[in-house]
Amino acid sequence: MGESILLAHGSGGKLSHELVEKKFLPFLANPALNKLDDSAVFEASGRLAFTTDSYVVNPIFFPGGDIGKLAVCGTVNDLAMNGARPLYLSLSAIIEEGFLLSELEQIVQSVKKAAEEAEVSIIAGDTKVVNRGQADKLFITTSGVGIISPGVDISGANARVGDKVLLSGTIGDHGIAIMSQREGLKFFMALESDCAPLNKLVSQILEVSPSVHCLRDPTRGGLATTLNELAWQSKVGIVIEEAKIPVREEVKAACELLGLDPIYVANEGKMVTIVDPADANKVLARMKENNYGRDAAIIGEVTDEHPGKVVMKTKLGPSRIVDMLSGELLPRIC
Amino acid sequence: MKFIDEYQDNKLAKGLVYKIAQYSTKTITLMEFCGGHTHAILRYGIRRLVPKTVEMKSGPGCPVCVTATADLDKAIALAHLPDVIITTFGDMIRVPGSYSSLQQAKAEGADVRIVYSTIDAVEIAKANPGKSVIFIGIGFETTAPTIAASILKAQREKIENFSVLPLNKLTPPVIKALLDSGEIKLDGIIGPGHVSVIIGSHLYEFIPRDYGVACVISGFEPIDILLCIDKLAEQIEKSEHKVEIAYSRGVKPEGNVKARQLMEDVFEVGDANWRGIGIVPQSGLKVRGKYERFDADKAFPVRLKPPREPKGCRCGDIIRGVATPPECKLFGEVCTPQNPVGPCMVSSEGACAAYYQYGTHENSQGT
Repeated sequence: MGESILLAHGSGGKLSHELVEKKFLPFLANPALNKLDDSAVFEASGRLAFTTDSYVVNPIFFPGGDIGKLAVCGTVNDLAMNGARPLYLSLSAIIEEGFLLSELEQIVQSVKKAAEEAEVSIIAGDTKVVNRGQADKLFITTSGVGIISPGVDISGANARVGDKVLLSGTIGDHGIAIMSQREGLKFFMALESDCAPLNKLVSQILEVSPSVHCLRDPTRGGLATTLNELAWQSKVGIVIEEAKIPVREEVKAACELLGLDPIYVANEGKMVTIVDPADANKVLARMKENNYGRDAAIIGEVTDEHPGKVVMKTKLGPSRIVDMLSGELLPRIC
Repeated sequence: MKFIDEYQDNKLAKGLVYKIAQYSTKTITLMEFCGGHTHAILRYGIRRLVPKTVEMKSGPGCPVCVTATADLDKAIALAHLPDVIITTFGDMIRVPGSYSSLQQAKAEGADVRIVYSTIDAVEIAKANPGKSVIFIGIGFETTAPTIAASILKAQREKIENFSVLPLNKLTPPVIKALLDSGEIKLDGIIGPGHVSVIIGSHLYEFIPRDYGVACVISGFEPIDILLCIDKLAEQIEKSEHKVEIAYSRGVKPEGNVKARQLMEDVFEVGDANWRGIGIVPQSGLKVRGKYERFDADKAFPVRLKPPREPKGCRCGDIIRGVATPPECKLFGEVCTPQNPVGPCMVSSEGACAAYYQYGTHENSQGT
């Protein structure tokens, strides 16, 4: 056993300072953060986007990432889904007493790596330590600020009849990678979470089609839930074709085994894009040039039939309603 | 990691549908026993793919749904006992009992944990020597061997604080009860796939022999199910009723001998209480005397108020195939997956949940 987090690390005293100075600052250093003032000060002008999210993933280390990478990518993606260029993040960690310092360092290093890739700085932060059992190892909350270029107007309410629906790649990778590691359900699988920052992919798409109507990352609840949200917000119907949705063989196999439908399984590095039909092929081609969009596909379109609902043409031909995920995703019993 | 797309192939499906249409000169009524089949049938739109002459009903094959309200009440009462940890398969915690649910008990402070495998329940017992860990043993012949294995493991490793509330149910006796009831007229049964992996096909021989009903065991992919319907239609048209396996990659006529031995070692057959059906003789599994100390029924006697069924809920009728989910007045209005009134809307294998989730946009009452 290596060194662990003690309650004293959260006391606000000497150990607290040491924790920040030794475990956070060396990796996340930037002029605004280094000042260690009560708030970070920065310049910005124009339309800003602001978001916040908490990360409580279990297990905290998973194939293809960890809670640190997830906390950066998740918030970066939330900003990007409104067409914003992410600038600054804050990061707040709630740490359970007894958590290994070496693991904390590993996580802060992946925060650093993900922030570098997304070209964002962590300019404000906080740490708290709670008694053993009051948190599950480590919870992270990140908030983020981004800037939106003039002319960009992306919202879940902007889908129009006739628009094409694009998906940036294979679905279910994150959810299945996590499930394969979860206690009691461990199965071997050479599958990694798709956890990735999508802001560059978004800015590349905006270069070829500045008037993208909707962007959304299908995280918890999966593709099905995201499409339902968009149909509801835009008061339109969405029709998709099951055969066109990219799904990895490993994910298909795991879903078969567990009795799950990949359209409900979580993703952390995918996005749904809704664009004018005239721009669809351009956007698709540009997506495919980016590593995070190489498996992109046009999976359906927006219709004036069945507003607020999503209908899927199944592989065998008949159509069926695709509802939002309700409750938790649980493997079948029998 | 292959052989998934092959079982979802559009051309193969069309060929099978054409064949079924050729056979089906008269209207036939089929019942899929298994909730997994109900879901696959609705998920892939198989009801609308097959000719109109093929009528399909859903059966009682959902482990959570057939658990009697009184048994659920017992599980909830056990959860409230001091120093008890309840371990259960996930769907179970959301099912409303007469007065509460396991989820509600958990919110009130009971220690209720979802496990994916019975062996995890034993591990929890090992890690919590000061607590009594009770596993809620629901399911058919599919879960029974794993529950038996957990009792054997506990015995082998001398884990005294582990027990099972034995609620396992058997498939062939309840099929017999449904056929005997005369409530529904069936021409063919889509036999359960996973159950048959364990018990084989011999135990269904009474279905064609005594009732003149066709029985074909099916897998869970759309092509499996269409192949099964094709074989059923052919049998019925030719009046050559027999038990066939249309899932030979999973099911052998003799089943899984090892798994059956485990079951027979730990359990003996007894009467069981089924939601919507009542007591069905010799349709459940009880823990044998030699493993009595692992039987939560014996170890933790609890006093229960008389059970009551939710008002207006037709889960019982739906389980027996007498009603379809949309025929229930609560379906989609009062009873939804977010606010389930009865178990068939809770479980991922329940008929109401399947109808709700995969309703066509013409008749869906979903959001």
